[in-house]
Amino acid sequence: MTALLPRRGLAQILALIVILAVDRVVSPQFFDLRLQDGRLFGSLIDVLNRGTPVALLSLGMVLVIATRGIDLSVGAVMAICGAIAASLADSHSLPVVLAAALGAGLVCGLWNGFLVAVLGMQPIVATLILMVAGRGIAQLITEGRIVTFSSPDLVWLGNGAILGVPVPIEIALGMLILTGAVVRGSALGLLIEATGGNARASELAGVGTRAMILAVYVWCGVCAALAGVIAAADIMGADANNAGLWLELDAILAVVIGGTSLFGGRFSLVLAVLGALIIQTMNTGILLSGYPPEFNLLVKAVVVLAVLLLQSPKLSGFAGIMARLRRTKP
Amino acid sequence: MKGLPPVLITAIVLVAGFALCALQFPNIASTRVVGNLLTDNAFLGIVATGMTFVIISGGIDLSVGSVIGFTTVFVALAIERWGVPPLVAFVAILALSAAFGAAMGAIIHVFDLPPFIVTLAGMFLARGASFLLSTESVPITAPVYSTVSDFALRMPGGGRLTAIAIIMLAIVIGGVLLLRLTRFGANVYALGGGRATASLMGVAVGKMTVKIYMLSSLLAGIAGIVFSFYTSAGYSLSAVGVELDSIAAVVIGGTLLTGGQGSVIGTFLGVLIQGMIQTYINFDGTLSSWWTKIATGVLLFAFIALQQGLVALARRPAAKRAGAVS
Repeated sequence: MTALLPRRGLAQILALIVILAVDRVVSPQFFDLRLQDGRLFGSLIDVLNRGTPVALLSLGMVLVIATRGIDLSVGAVMAICGAIAASLADSHSLPVVLAAALGAGLVCGLWNGFLVAVLGMQPIVATLILMVAGRGIAQLITEGRIVTFSSPDLVWLGNGAILGVPVPIEIALGMLILTGAVVRGSALGLLIEATGGNARASELAGVGTRAMILAVYVWCGVCAALAGVIAAADIMGADANNAGLWLELDAILAVVIGGTSLFGGRFSLVLAVLGALIIQTMNTGILLSGYPPEFNLLVKAVVVLAVLLLQSPKLSGFAGIMARLRRTKP
Repeated sequence: MKGLPPVLITAIVLVAGFALCALQFPNIASTRVVGNLLTDNAFLGIVATGMTFVIISGGIDLSVGSVIGFTTVFVALAIERWGVPPLVAFVAILALSAAFGAAMGAIIHVFDLPPFIVTLAGMFLARGASFLLSTESVPITAPVYSTVSDFALRMPGGGRLTAIAIIMLAIVIGGVLLLRLTRFGANVYALGGGRATASLMGVAVGKMTVKIYMLSSLLAGIAGIVFSFYTSAGYSLSAVGVELDSIAAVVIGGTLLTGGQGSVIGTFLGVLIQGMIQTYINFDGTLSSWWTKIATGVLLFAFIALQQGLVALARRPAAKRAGAVS
């Protein structure tokens, strides 16, 4: 039960290996790593580094989706929190900047959670409000400009390295371990899955479903805030128009690739992050192969459809047969 | 008749808002401004009409913005590069977008998938396809375009009712009639009330789902053609985020997002409210355009909260009765 990596992760791991192999064929130096100025460089590190924002978003998103919800506002929350971090960076110390940005993400998550858990709105609609208005709010904070900063502390957060590994990767890994410890180290994960499986039955069984739903949206907001800060630190500025644009879709895609059903219930944090890495490996592969980056969207569309069809309840008969075959084999 | 109260509230918001705007800037209350408002929002009105059908049936279509983008690029390239006569290009793109919508509807029905995620894939697909066609803005110089742009009916007071505004009004009226007076419209409401119920009542659920998404994509295609008239160009990044604007217009227009209730007229009023906010911001001059998004968000919240309240009110007596029996 406590294992973070269930057996069903096999397909995702195989997919990642296949894509990595394709990338290796496309670009022979793909696996090369070199140490320069105390930081590792190479395509693999690049994949991890660039995949960080989506990986962080998918950490929050997977919990939300497990409760049968969805959060469309994470991209806008990224923009808001990136804007806050960028505009405070040069006048305040790093802890203050981080506290302000993460606090804003928490408030955004609380708002979404309030709409869904207390007012009982459909998640798509409730989070649509912040998705539409959020970018406007971010623009308000940056006053329509692209805010740049030079605070070395915040820049370090996006470009620095500890023991040769870039800081963003370490933050994402830390968040994965933290979330995993909290969710799987206690009954929380089970309660979240129960809420997604059947909210009414869980409520009757004594699960505080409202508190669960509120909590997952808040956590999603905090994860989005962290992703926003890292994205801003990476480019040393905040662009309210483009920060986190369409990343909500990538995060949902990562969760879906990770095998978590959009209908709620069982979820896996590790596989969601693996999904984010698969997406990023694909993106990097397309870039390295010299195809125009516009191919990304087409490839993503095909991947979404393929995964969805595999998840489809109508095809579950097929999946059931496969499962039975696997059970009888050993 | 049940759909009336929310529409009435939308109408009151529109009239009150317009009166407030006119009080501050008397020039707003002219046919010139109204004519421009209709022209600027023509494509939005057309897409939102299609979205109304989808949402009343209990679905959602996130692909419309991308379909508009694809249409503008396709039309521009067909006319300018491939030398296709404009009318043939229009027919081709409309057939293509209708087929696209039908395919999405079929996938949603056959595999029993959430419309939200299927149309999301459609959104990626259409946007990616338009990027593949061209990443640059392609100007359209065909004579039809200047003829259509120049055409306008004079309204009293100097306003111009342009061709694309007329197309939008015609589609809105057509949408009202289709939803209110035909069997198709009745079936749309039935689907939104409950798929199982509708199926038991003898509605061909699968066929209807395909037709509804086909209609939405077809109208998105028409909106794309109108958009290309509006900008005289095809650009793969045009109409990004229009799906959200049109969903907002539908919700502000009093259509229930859970399906089963709503009206095309309400959606039209919702589009006008969004246009009005934009016009006000233009007149003010000191406010930035991002206030439009915030104002839309606030309105969206107000109307959804209102719907939630109305639904709760409607359920309360029923719940009490049920409680008394058990």
